Amino acid sequence: MNELLSAISDGHVVAKRNVIKIKRVPEVLVFVLISPIMFVLLFAYVFGGSIDIPGGSYREFLIGGIFAQTVIFGATFTGAGIADDMQKGIIDRFRSLPMSRSAMLVGRTASDVIYNVLSLIIMALTGLIVGWRIHNGLLKMLLGFVLLLTFAYAFSWIMAYVGLLVPSVEVINNASFMVIFPLTFIANTFVPAENLPGVLRTFAEWNPVSSVTQAARELFGNLPPGTPEPTAWPLQNPVLYTVIWIIVIIAIFAPLSVHRYAKPK
Amino acid sequence: MGTIEATGLAKYYKEVKALDGLDLTVPQGTILSLLGPNGAGKTTAVSILTTLIMPDKGHAMVAGADLVKSPKEVRKRIGLSGQYAAVDENLTGFENLDMIGRLYHLGREKARVRSRELLDRFELDEAGDRPVKTYSGGMRRRLDLAGAIVAEPQVLFLDEPTTGLDPHGRVEMWSVIRELVTKGTTVLLTTQYLEEADRLADDIVVIDHGREIAHGTADQLKATIGGERIEITVAYSAALPETQSILSGFADGDLQVDDHTRTVVAPVIGGAPVFTRALRAIDEAGIEVSDVGLRRPTLDDVFLSLTGRAAEEDTTTDTEGART
Repeated sequence: MNELLSAISDGHVVAKRNVIKIKRVPEVLVFVLISPIMFVLLFAYVFGGSIDIPGGSYREFLIGGIFAQTVIFGATFTGAGIADDMQKGIIDRFRSLPMSRSAMLVGRTASDVIYNVLSLIIMALTGLIVGWRIHNGLLKMLLGFVLLLTFAYAFSWIMAYVGLLVPSVEVINNASFMVIFPLTFIANTFVPAENLPGVLRTFAEWNPVSSVTQAARELFGNLPPGTPEPTAWPLQNPVLYTVIWIIVIIAIFAPLSVHRYAKPK
Repeated sequence: MGTIEATGLAKYYKEVKALDGLDLTVPQGTILSLLGPNGAGKTTAVSILTTLIMPDKGHAMVAGADLVKSPKEVRKRIGLSGQYAAVDENLTGFENLDMIGRLYHLGREKARVRSRELLDRFELDEAGDRPVKTYSGGMRRRLDLAGAIVAEPQVLFLDEPTTGLDPHGRVEMWSVIRELVTKGTTVLLTTQYLEEADRLADDIVVIDHGREIAHGTADQLKATIGGERIEITVAYSAALPETQSILSGFADGDLQVDDHTRTVVAPVIGGAPVFTRALRAIDEAGIEVSDVGLRRPTLDDVFLSLTGRAAEEDTTTDTEGART
C-alpha cells in the first residue's frame, strides 16, 4: 500500500476512534456547544449597546468575529487530545504499529473538525435568534462556513505540533489561552480594526484572524453599504489573504508535526 | 542466531548513560527477562528494540529485520505492551482491539474476528462491549497484552507487564505469557521482580546503569546470589554484634547489618532446617528478638551481591543525577 492510501485508510481508523470518544464524553461536547452560545449572548447584549458600527448593526457585525474566535479555540482540542494521548502512552502504541506515520495526525485533525461544525451550527442558530441575518444567499454562506472551518483546520495543525511538544494537557490549555486570546482580540473580531490605536491597528489589519472574520462578514453580507472600506490590503482581499495563510500554515506545520511524531527520539 | 539479536546497544542523554553497550540474544520461542531497578535502562532497551527510539550506537535484528534500516518491517513483526496499559479508556475492549487490528492492516473482517477471539481468551468477553473506563487494573493489562498480540507477532515485548497488579492479576498474567511462548512466540520481558523472572524466563540478563551485570538462567543466578535470607531483628542494639557472629556461622556469604532497624540479614543455603538451627542458637545465647523471618532473595539482594550496593539507593542517586 502506498503511503498516501495508507495515510487515508489508517487515518480513517484513527478518526473513528476519536469520533467514538466525542460520543462517549459528552461533557466536552457540552462545553463546545454552550460556550459559543454564551459568547454570542454576552457580546450581543453587553457590548452591543455601546459599540457603534457605522452603517450597520453590531450584532450582525459581531457574529463573524465570534465564529472566527470560537473555531480557533475549537482547534485547540487537537493539541489537548494529542498531549493526552502522549501522556497515556497511546501515542507510543501507535508508533510501534506498522501504520502510516502521518495517520495519527491526519485522523486526529480531521475528526476534530466535527467539534467546529457542531459549534458553528449552534452559534448560527443563536445568532439568528439575536438578530443576525444572511444577505448574500446560501452558496456564499456555505463558502463562509467552509472558509472558517478550513482556517481552523489549518490552525489545528499548529496545535498538533504544540501537542507533540508539551509535557501535559494542562500546559497546552494554559498556553493556548495565553496566545489565542490576544490573537483573537487584537483583530477586527469585536471592534473594527480601524478603531484600534497605532501598532495594534497594524497588527489587527495583518492578523489572519481579522481576514477570516472579514471574509465571513463579506460572504454573509454583514457589511452593508455605508460601512467604511478597509484600507489595508489583507482586509481588502480577505478571502485570498486567508487562503494564503491556510496553505502556508498547513505546508509548514503538517510536515513538521509528522516529522516530530515519526522521528525516533 | 536468535530471533532478537542485539549488539552494543547504547543510548545517551547528556550525562546519563541510559544504555551503555547492551548485547542480547533471544532464541525463537523463549523468554528473556531483563531484570533491573528503576532507571537501569530496561525501558530504554525495549523502546529501542520496538523502534520508538533510535540507538546512538549498536545494531539489532528483530525477527529478521534490521532495526535501523527497516523499522517498518520490524513493526510488522512485533507486539508491544508497555509499562502503562496503553488502551483507550473511552473505547470498549472490542473497539480497542479492533482498532489495533486495523492498524496492523489485518483487514476489517479479520480484525473483528481476531478481537472477539482474544477477548474470549483473556476472559474479557463479558466486558468486551463496555468502555475500558469500567475495567479493573488487571483487566486493562490483559487488554493491553491482547492488543500486543492481535497480529500474532513473532516477537513480543513486555515492559514490566505486572507492575501495579495484585498477586492474583500477576499470576493470571504469567499464565497468559507462558501460553504464548508454548505457541512459539519469542518474548522479551522486563521486570523489577526476581520472582517474575524466575517463574517465566529461560534466560535472565540483570542490568544496571545500562550495562549487563549478570547473565544466566534463574538457577545460575541464584547460585551466584546465594539462597534464601534469614532476617532477624533484635530487641536491643546491644545484641547486634553477638547476633551477627552467631549468624555468620550459618551464612553463605556476607551479612548485612542495619543498626537503625536493628536487623541482621544472612544469606543461607539449606532453607528451613538451617533457619531452625540458627534460631535455636540465637535463643540459647539469650538474645531477645522482635522479628524473625526466612525469605527468598529479592532484587535488592541480587544487587547487593552483584554490585555491593542496594538497588533502591542506586535509583535515588540515578534520578537525582538525571534531574540536575
